[in-house]
Amino acid sequence: MSSALEEEIGARTAALVPKWTGVSLDAGPGDVECERGYILHWAEATENANLLYWDEGVAQDVTGGWIAPPSMLSVWMRPLMFNPNAREQVRPLEMHFRLKDAFELPEGIVTGNEIVFGVPVRPGDMIATKQTVTEIGDVRTNRLGTGRPWTIDVTYTNQRGEVVAVESYRMFCYVRSAS
Amino acid sequence: MLLFGKVQVGDTVPTLEVPVTARTVVMGASSSRDWQPQHHDHAWATTRAGTKDIFLNTPNQAGWIERYLTDWTGPYGRLGRMRFRMRRPVYPGETLVFNGTVRETAVDESGCAWVDVDIELTVGEDVATEASARLAIPQDEKDNPWRRSGDDWRP
Repeated sequence: MSSALEEEIGARTAALVPKWTGVSLDAGPGDVECERGYILHWAEATENANLLYWDEGVAQDVTGGWIAPPSMLSVWMRPLMFNPNAREQVRPLEMHFRLKDAFELPEGIVTGNEIVFGVPVRPGDMIATKQTVTEIGDVRTNRLGTGRPWTIDVTYTNQRGEVVAVESYRMFCYVRSAS
Repeated sequence: MLLFGKVQVGDTVPTLEVPVTARTVVMGASSSRDWQPQHHDHAWATTRAGTKDIFLNTPNQAGWIERYLTDWTGPYGRLGRMRFRMRRPVYPGETLVFNGTVRETAVDESGCAWVDVDIELTVGEDVATEASARLAIPQDEKDNPWRRSGDDWRP
């Protein structure tokens, strides 16, 4: 049985589902280029001793030079928190926040993630993203609150136009349950 | 170097235990340039997001999973695909335990050798995150998955 809140959110957002499904945002290149400092910070945070990130000789032999850990992908799309040259305020995974605003679902969590990796990211690369809403699910309630799940696919390309990855984010955005 | 011929379905990846501290969470957020407040601001996490504490962010979990797998394969292991689903947040003070099992092995038409691994990240009795990954590993000492591109790389 649906709760009153489920019915209210369902009715309020029903027309938004077809309007937003399939919408894409070409977010362009990120604010930062791939560089060794970020790579070492990542390896530090995950206590990753893979010699690809610590030994230039191994990196040269195996990958033809330094690369970034493939899982670092989202680092290259996040805007700087302060940037005097920014033309407009862009949020990380901007499409997700536009959906939250449109659906008036103020809270959100990532519930799942799938990444297919392409060519490696190397120091000096600038990574651009295209973000597409691929699915918006039915209203549901869980322990966090009541809202809708949605999926956003992000295609990452380098400055040569090569696809470095395609990532699917599954989100749940919600209004908190009254406790 | 982990070679394809040494891997069989049902093999287990050595267990990894990570004691999670506030520093683990905040450094994970910092290294992924993720300044969403639930990953560094305890008050915001508890009063606004409704969680018990700050918690590990998604990209950092991806980084830990990659590290777990390449500890096993060595540098020649190349991630082709990774999927994960968070069941519950991981908080400071908890120990995150990684376990993995080889589900499938295959060589594709291009000759690339693939290993599919199912992974569970647990906290106590709880499964915090379920993951699966597809890695390319060398067939022999002369093979190097990192040299593959275009039609020879089909994860």
